[in-house]
Amino acid sequence: MLYIATGAAAAVGAAATAWPFISQMNPDAATIAAGAPVEVDLKAIPEGGIMTVKWRGNPIFVRHRTAKEIKEAQDVNLGTLRDPEPDAKRVKKPEWLVVVGVCTHLGCVPLGAPGQRGEYDGWFCPCHGSQFDTSGRIRQGPAPSNLVVPNYVFNGDTRLTVG
Amino acid sequence: MSGPSTYVPKSALGRWFESRLPVMGLVHSSFIAYPTPRNLNYFWTFGAILSFMLGAQIVTGIVLAMHYTPHTAFAFASVEHIMRDVNWGWFLRYAHANGASMFFVAVYIHMFRGLYYGSYKAPREVLWILGVIIFLLMMATAFMGYVLPWGQMSFWGAKVITSLFSAIPFVGDSITTLLWGGFTVDNPTLNRFFSLHYLLPFMIAGVVVLHVWALHVVGQNNPAGVEIKNVQRDAVPFTPYATIKDSFAVVVFTIVFCWFIFYVPNYLGHSDNYIEANPLVTPSHIVPEWYFLPFYAILRAIPSKLGGVLAMFGSIAILAFLPWLDTSKVRSGAFRPVFKVLFWVFVVVCCGLGYLGAMPAEGGYVIASRILTLLYFLFFLSLPFIGWFETTKPVPATIADAVLAKSGGSVALAGAAHEKP
Ligand code: HEM
Ligand code: FES
Repeated sequence: MLYIATGAAAAVGAAATAWPFISQMNPDAATIAAGAPVEVDLKAIPEGGIMTVKWRGNPIFVRHRTAKEIKEAQDVNLGTLRDPEPDAKRVKKPEWLVVVGVCTHLGCVPLGAPGQRGEYDGWFCPCHGSQFDTSGRIRQGPAPSNLVVPNYVFNGDTRLTVG
Repeated sequence: MSGPSTYVPKSALGRWFESRLPVMGLVHSSFIAYPTPRNLNYFWTFGAILSFMLGAQIVTGIVLAMHYTPHTAFAFASVEHIMRDVNWGWFLRYAHANGASMFFVAVYIHMFRGLYYGSYKAPREVLWILGVIIFLLMMATAFMGYVLPWGQMSFWGAKVITSLFSAIPFVGDSITTLLWGGFTVDNPTLNRFFSLHYLLPFMIAGVVVLHVWALHVVGQNNPAGVEIKNVQRDAVPFTPYATIKDSFAVVVFTIVFCWFIFYVPNYLGHSDNYIEANPLVTPSHIVPEWYFLPFYAILRAIPSKLGGVLAMFGSIAILAFLPWLDTSKVRSGAFRPVFKVLFWVFVVVCCGLGYLGAMPAEGGYVIASRILTLLYFLFFLSLPFIGWFETTKPVPATIADAVLAKSGGSVALAGAAHEKP
């Protein structure tokens, strides 16, 4: 009985001591503070263009979609998708798509320059060949899920805040 | 195999010290009087070569750390500073970077040696598993070291490899955040990798001590795969026989090592790592260092994220189960006709995976990677069955018999000449 009580007290003590050593690994206050929201000027992005801004160390893609790209995104049969999500749930205004530019496979930045967008007109990840569509949804390759949509709000018609 | 008690220091001071800390006796019994099988070939020198390389990495690493700055804003520049400004800095860095490659060359030869001659079989299971642990620690060390120069390959290698953990269901994302100390690979990551890159080699050294200890308890295996039965007939003392042979092998190995350092120092590296890390742009073709390529090919062969990660870690973990997968009573591959063929197929499969790991993940390369990945695992899974049906060749009764069969001469009692029993 005494042994069990002593052992249990020691185990609790060891766990409590270990905690700070594990917890220090998580993002510190300065890192979290540095992740403050960023503003994007939408006037700078022509139709069909993609702007990359940096937020929390990661690229954020702000894409000004053309009518054709919007149609492509909306016309997909959801049943054929690996991670089914209607386009309407991924955008606030159809002409603006905002996604985190980090491949959901292993974290590379997918390519989005004209001619490099892959078979679905969205993005192509050079690392292991994942292909995303004009809504940032995974269509082909090893990535398990769609490009993440971050929190963002429109400030009037020409500005957007990510974060 | 040989007790520590037989050693008596010659000087009075030596005897005084020995009765208080018998360290000389330990050295004497482990590296001087220790009986080594008389039929060892040069593949048995890679243990010494590996010890030398670990020492070389620690020495070059510690002096590099005197000039290196683990901060994202300065790391790349500080490595260039080492290359251009620090006296002999170019030599120290090239020695360290190529040293890592040579370390892996040696460890792969060492492991294939163990595989061919059945060195993992009873009673050497613990010895073998300690080796697998050293291999894992080496991979972790080399991976984190490669991140330190903070080039494009450093950054994206770190990103992809740490993201492997995000494949773990439910807790994956929390684990990657914990590893990064941020929302992506960034300064906190570089900082902790430097700390761990400094630490792990010393942990390797600790496990090496256990590895050698376990070796000296069960004794060395040898090409015939039979144990030492008569120390006089089957063995020679470690010094001078093994000491000289090992030293010679280390010198030859060092010549190759120097050739890389002085003539082709960047041949094994990747030119993209001379471009500073840019978290917004991934290079169009990222590849890990050559020694990780086979595992990278396995990762990419599986068309599912979690599946690929499991296959990759599984391909290393399966090594630890080898002692129980192989059911053959015969230890050395030299007397196992079927195993011998499969062994060489396996070597070719591993090299093939290495080649595919460097190729882009598309078309025929993907199909080839899948086939070779399957063959990789099939090799291990076939071992239990081969042990049952294979007809082995006659195994010599003793090491001395194996030597005699080869040379046709008579065995001098070399052990007796140098070692008083
Ligand atoms: C198991 C032994 C070790 C291995 C396999 C290893 C591997 C590596 C590798 C692959 C690099 C990248 C080289 C490059 O491309 O520039 C590196 C860099 C570095 N390592 Fe090690 N290392 C080992 C031990 C150590 C030790 C003990 C230290 C001591 C602090 C150390 C300090 C450094 C430093 C400061 C760098 C950055 C400078 C540079 O990139 O050349 N290493 N290491
Ligand atoms: S990281 Fe994008 S496909 Fe692997």
